[in-house]
Amino acid sequence: MTRNDSPRDDSRASVELSEMTLQSQDTDIATATPTREQTDRIRTTEAKSQGRLIRERFFRHKGALAGIALLALIFLLAFTSIGFAGIPGWWNKDYDVLADRFNEGRPTLTLWPFSLGEHPFGQDVLGRDYFALTMRGTQTSLIIAFIVGLVAMVIGTTVGAIAGYFRGWTEAFLMRITDVVITIPTVVIAAAVAGIVAKHGIIPFALFLGAVTWTGLARLVRGEFLSLREKEFVESAKSVGASSARIIFRHILPNTVGVIIVSTTLAISSAILLETALSYLGLGVTAPDTSLGKAINDNRSALTVRPWLFLWPGAFIIGIALAVNFIGDGLRDAFDPKQTRVKQ
Amino acid sequence: MSTSSVIISDEQAPVGNGPILAVKGLGVEFNVDNEWVMAAEDVSYEIHPGEILAIVGESGSGKSMSSMALLGLLPRNGRSSGSAKMLGKELIGASQSTLRRVRGNDIAMIFQEPMTALNPVLTVGEQIREAVEQHTELSPAQAKKRAIELLRMVEIPEAERRYDSFPHQFSGGQRQRAMIAIALANDPMLLIADEPTTALDVTVQAEVLDLMRKLNKRLNSAVLLITHDMGVVADLADHVVVMERGRIVEAAPTAQLFAAPAEAYTKQLLGAVPHLGSKVGGVLSDVEVVDGHASIHEEYAEAALRAQATHTASGVVPALELTDVDIEYPGRFRQPAFKAVSGVSLTINPGEVLGLVGESGSGKSTIARAVTGLIKTSGGKVRIGGTDITDLSARQLLPLRKKFAIVFQDPAASLNPRLSIGESIGEPLLLHEKPGRAELDKRVAALLEDVQLPVAFRNRYPHELSGGQRQRVGIARALSLRPDLLVADEPTSALDVSVQAKVLELLQDLQRERGFACLFVSHDLAVVELLASHIAVLNKGILVEQGSTEQILKYPRDPYTRRLLAAAPVPDPAHQALRREQRSALIAAGAVD
Repeated sequence: MTRNDSPRDDSRASVELSEMTLQSQDTDIATATPTREQTDRIRTTEAKSQGRLIRERFFRHKGALAGIALLALIFLLAFTSIGFAGIPGWWNKDYDVLADRFNEGRPTLTLWPFSLGEHPFGQDVLGRDYFALTMRGTQTSLIIAFIVGLVAMVIGTTVGAIAGYFRGWTEAFLMRITDVVITIPTVVIAAAVAGIVAKHGIIPFALFLGAVTWTGLARLVRGEFLSLREKEFVESAKSVGASSARIIFRHILPNTVGVIIVSTTLAISSAILLETALSYLGLGVTAPDTSLGKAINDNRSALTVRPWLFLWPGAFIIGIALAVNFIGDGLRDAFDPKQTRVKQ
Repeated sequence: MSTSSVIISDEQAPVGNGPILAVKGLGVEFNVDNEWVMAAEDVSYEIHPGEILAIVGESGSGKSMSSMALLGLLPRNGRSSGSAKMLGKELIGASQSTLRRVRGNDIAMIFQEPMTALNPVLTVGEQIREAVEQHTELSPAQAKKRAIELLRMVEIPEAERRYDSFPHQFSGGQRQRAMIAIALANDPMLLIADEPTTALDVTVQAEVLDLMRKLNKRLNSAVLLITHDMGVVADLADHVVVMERGRIVEAAPTAQLFAAPAEAYTKQLLGAVPHLGSKVGGVLSDVEVVDGHASIHEEYAEAALRAQATHTASGVVPALELTDVDIEYPGRFRQPAFKAVSGVSLTINPGEVLGLVGESGSGKSTIARAVTGLIKTSGGKVRIGGTDITDLSARQLLPLRKKFAIVFQDPAASLNPRLSIGESIGEPLLLHEKPGRAELDKRVAALLEDVQLPVAFRNRYPHELSGGQRQRVGIARALSLRPDLLVADEPTSALDVSVQAKVLELLQDLQRERGFACLFVSHDLAVVELLASHIAVLNKGILVEQGSTEQILKYPRDPYTRRLLAAAPVPDPAHQALRREQRSALIAAGAVD
């Protein structure tokens, strides 16, 4: 027994020894006492890649995991049920087929015993299957929201980073463009390009929305860059001859990830609402196609009589927005090395 | 001066010989994640009228927090226990209204950073007047008169005119004087000074310390001095309390503590403080003058010439050579350009350490940045290893960047918080030598070992390290490409003394081992003396004097150098008293400009 135990004792002693050296380096009590987690990490001496650490931290974030699960569920449901781009789904009704109304269009979904029935989400006033309609709306809204978020993030970050890092006339030029974009009301431009949008579908529409909503992000990123470029670690990178691109992408940008992700998730949520507003004015998604916002708007007078026409798309909007915000929260924490021990 | 004595009434002077403040078993705790963490425990001391008590300790020793607890100024998650009696009145657990009356009236505070402690949109005079009006019934006109008297008392020249100046129009030392004036507005019986001179230059620090000593004698109030600087303690304090990790280690009269420290920690702390003149044997020695010539200066000049001649003869290329370097910061909107450095010439031979000394604003960091190619020079030549870098493009400079590296002052800001330690150290290697992954890992591990950090630290992030450990990482990064020239810009001024001692030792060992040349920029003459073989003194962008360490410290010729040397406090009360006399003699002799 004792003989078997001894090697393990040795290894523990060596760990303690390495901790002792740790403690004797400096007499700073705040950090010299290693927590159990730190001790665990001391044992692993091989270098870990940045990506792996971020992944580890992300998957420890419960809220983010719940967000991912919810979003994945909504995605799967929306795209497999009624199919997409000509590929048929498992649901047997189309969102644009009129039919007789069954039981005044009430939802047939029952949870106990579980059964979908003929029209699980009910039917709208014209007798269209509301489940298929909601799924179609979810597809449209998801596509628009994510394209807008992506476009706004790319343009906003690029403009903000270049303006904040290079300063001088580059900054003046880019920020004046930003000001111009801010001053033009979105609805006015939307009205001007509505014809093109109607002809070419929702993707150009989403690209257009992205191209006018990046301004807030650009200003925030520029502000972050202005303060970070003066930090000594940036000077240190300059002193070893790092190129501007390397300094921007490796040294400064990762430090602004928090700001970028938070405002991108906000941009995604507000894109859904913006699309709703424009669709209501007849400038966005047009019938017979639909989106979640349009579905709510079409049925806004039905709240008291047929509440399900209001509740189903509403529930999906809330679900998407919540999931996106949770994921954003998790991503921000994952990119921030200081967050490791707080959120488990 | 006579006017000021009128306004200082004796009414508030304590009766009898009892202590002004008696602290007994004071404890401070903080709630961190629902756990009470001890910040100070069983702190007991007494302060008597006219006494200066210094609480000394390194960061995290609880010296500030135990004093904040007296005034009920702890952060929200803190709590205090024990007893602190101010003239018999209990302060711990007293109501906010009682404490508010005590603050400013009986006890006043001076903070470390005078710029942030003063409101930038109000004139200095108004702020002093406000402090006067808060606690007295004086009319505004009387309060203004009193404020001007206070300004005069803290020796601000032209007090009437300066009354209407804003804080940014005051110099750092004057701002701290104004803070002292505010603190003294209501004749407090106890003045708590939390690192009052840490943010100031040595020459200014000496003046502020002089002022505090004078005022303490005249007002008969007590001073609680919180500091990490043993030199300041030796200069000012009557009694010393040494704190470590929230507990009092030793308490003794100043002379006794410095002469015969009883505890191991005190000995270690005193041992870690670099002692000006310990290596070269004294500072500001008398110079023998024969026939109007100081022979010693001629000897040094000859020795320097001889050394240069041997270097040139053996074909040694200086690691760094500055010739008439000017550096300007460009003006904006019709403001003229600011000349930070003008006409600086200096040479560092391979393997030599040159200490570049100066006060804030002298341009010493500017030179460090110009040498490493971070800012452009506007005139003169910078040669590194014989190559002139002043007119090189970024591309041409790139291969040369392997030859020099820089260590920054603030170890917290100089490491990218998003990169692990290993990535930070490997960054220069990746840029210049592009090694494979295995090779890079091996080199980083070796570098961590060189700076005496565990290899496992490579996966850690800067915020998980202490200040000293971070600075070791900064040194490892700088040495990763085996540079011929290391520029160290105040590498230890943000660290505690005992940590500073270890980092300096490491730097010395590495320098000896690897033989790189080093431009060591510092405001601290004692630190420079430890490391440097040569010293160059910078004042307002002009190099006033340079020579061997011994020459500059013992036989300085320039009045500014002499003033700088005289002002640096020495951690030895007897010696410091002597130096104080030396300094006043210097001032009296008009050697100070």
